Amino acid sequence: MSEAPAAPRPVSADRARPVGLDLLLVAPPARTGWRVLPARVGAMCAVELQKLRHDRAELYTRAVQPALWLLIFGETFTRIQAIPTGGIPYIDYLAPGIIAQSAMFIAIFYGIMIIWERDAGILTKLLVTPTPRSALITGKAFAAGLKALIQAVVVIVIAALLGVGMTWNPLRLLGVAVIVVLGSAFFACLSMTIAGIVLTRDRLMGIGQAITMPLFFGSNALYPVDVMPGWLQVISKANPLSYQVDALRGLLLGTPAHLALDYGVLALAAGLGIWSASSLLGRLAR
Amino acid sequence: MTPHTTGEGEPVRQGSGASGDGPGHGEVRVGVAATGPGADDVQAGVAATGPGAHEVQAEVTDAGTDAVTCSGLTYTFGDTTAVDALDLSVRDGEVFGLLGPNGAGKTTAIRCITTLLPVPAGMVRVFGHDATRERMPVRRLLGYVPQQLSADSGLTGRENVELFARVFDVPRRERAARVAEALAAVDLTEAAGRLAKTYSGGMIRRLELAQALVSAPRLLILDEPTIGLDPIARTSVWEHINAVRAATGMTVLVTTHYMDEADQYCDRVALMHRGRIHALGTPAQLRAGLGERRGVTEPGELPTLEDVFRDVAGSGLDDKSGDFSDVRSTRRTASRVS
Repeated sequence: MSEAPAAPRPVSADRARPVGLDLLLVAPPARTGWRVLPARVGAMCAVELQKLRHDRAELYTRAVQPALWLLIFGETFTRIQAIPTGGIPYIDYLAPGIIAQSAMFIAIFYGIMIIWERDAGILTKLLVTPTPRSALITGKAFAAGLKALIQAVVVIVIAALLGVGMTWNPLRLLGVAVIVVLGSAFFACLSMTIAGIVLTRDRLMGIGQAITMPLFFGSNALYPVDVMPGWLQVISKANPLSYQVDALRGLLLGTPAHLALDYGVLALAAGLGIWSASSLLGRLAR
Repeated sequence: MTPHTTGEGEPVRQGSGASGDGPGHGEVRVGVAATGPGADDVQAGVAATGPGAHEVQAEVTDAGTDAVTCSGLTYTFGDTTAVDALDLSVRDGEVFGLLGPNGAGKTTAIRCITTLLPVPAGMVRVFGHDATRERMPVRRLLGYVPQQLSADSGLTGRENVELFARVFDVPRRERAARVAEALAAVDLTEAAGRLAKTYSGGMIRRLELAQALVSAPRLLILDEPTIGLDPIARTSVWEHINAVRAATGMTVLVTTHYMDEADQYCDRVALMHRGRIHALGTPAQLRAGLGERRGVTEPGELPTLEDVFRDVAGSGLDDKSGDFSDVRSTRRTASRVS
């Protein structure tokens, strides 16, 4: 390209002359319609995997807490047999609850991460790419699901080592994976929704801690809904974590579960979460 | 027409960028339209004289339209009017500098142009596309480097660029090659496998440049690209911007409060203060203009752009420019790079 710089310009060209820019002269073809969403989800999941590969320590440190829950709480309550589990050892009963809990803790972190990315300018830049906000949020939600899934594998292995009798049927495990991804997508969106409302990391950390405990204890993760007082049973029925644990128990242990309802509720919750987080994402961009 | 035009168009437009606001501008643009592929005389005439058939307009849109057009752009945060009825045209192929102190409204204007802030339709156009009605087409034309250091520190340089190749729909078979070219263009090939958190400030800026370049944008928008960098890194960042621009012919819109950089690297500059543009032209024109008024004719004695700025902003750089959060974010960026 014969270009004559008219304005006085310093040495520039010969010291930093890029070689072979052929590909950078043509814009890539635009993906349109339904293809955009899976492409963006793929991009966000790829980033998640790359980050995990660079920082495996997080995977190990995050395994400590569920391991302690199973080991200390699980073993103790198995011995005192205080909780009606429908005939299975308490540690078996507890394991799906702990899988759901550790997945939720990971997902709840995503709101903090999106605020951090906003402060760092990463989010701002992503919002200037041809990515609709809903696709960005869906991508983040499924990236959270992927990370939670890897975490779930770790917890399942720990549980198996502690002697929990779980299924190894691949179809059931696939069902478990879908449940973990859907549940984490919901909790990630819940946290990104709150991030869109409170806008600062400090406030979100406070709220995050304030909601994870009631979500966990107000679910069937530790004990059956039947032993709860009436008002807590109502809360538990509205808590997506309960449906997640119900499905995980049904699939992993073969206990009676309402699988269709569980999948339905979680899919609906994830959809609503994506919608609400996407509508509030613009507030983070301002 | 491909984004980066044919050989004939380029020097002409470059000339128009340098000649400034002179009456020749209109003629030059007709000339560009006429030399563009497929644009015959009649179409060029239509483009020059005003509205015509939709098809014709679309054809000429690419050849002669300004890269950015803001008409009466206004944006308020609560009671504060950050950008106040801004009229601005950035020509295709030029390096345009938006100058001003902290809080002048530069970043807000940029955020309106990049579709980050919602503005009423018709206020902002990028290569003829409305920034409100046609968000996705506008974003596909843009490469954006925000003021903060926006590379992801937990990823390698290559992965950072790959992400942007993915979200701009670069086909898989060409992704690796494109990413490699973008990294090579900013001299980061050797460091590409290292985590970005090990990079120096200047390297991160170059990485961000590579992220923006991988999608072959027609308009590169840089918000304070050299803030907080040491002089050597500043020069290096600018050299890479210029080299890439020379090779691709893209338009560059840059904000800065370093007047010396603007003087050295921009084809045209707009001096912005309190949401308004107070002077517009080539750095040489603005300095000569002020020199004339002050009776200075010796080239060596000409006022600097900073003098021009003090002159046009009147009371100018007072305590009201830049509130606490502006200063804080600027300092934060500066401390992270150094």
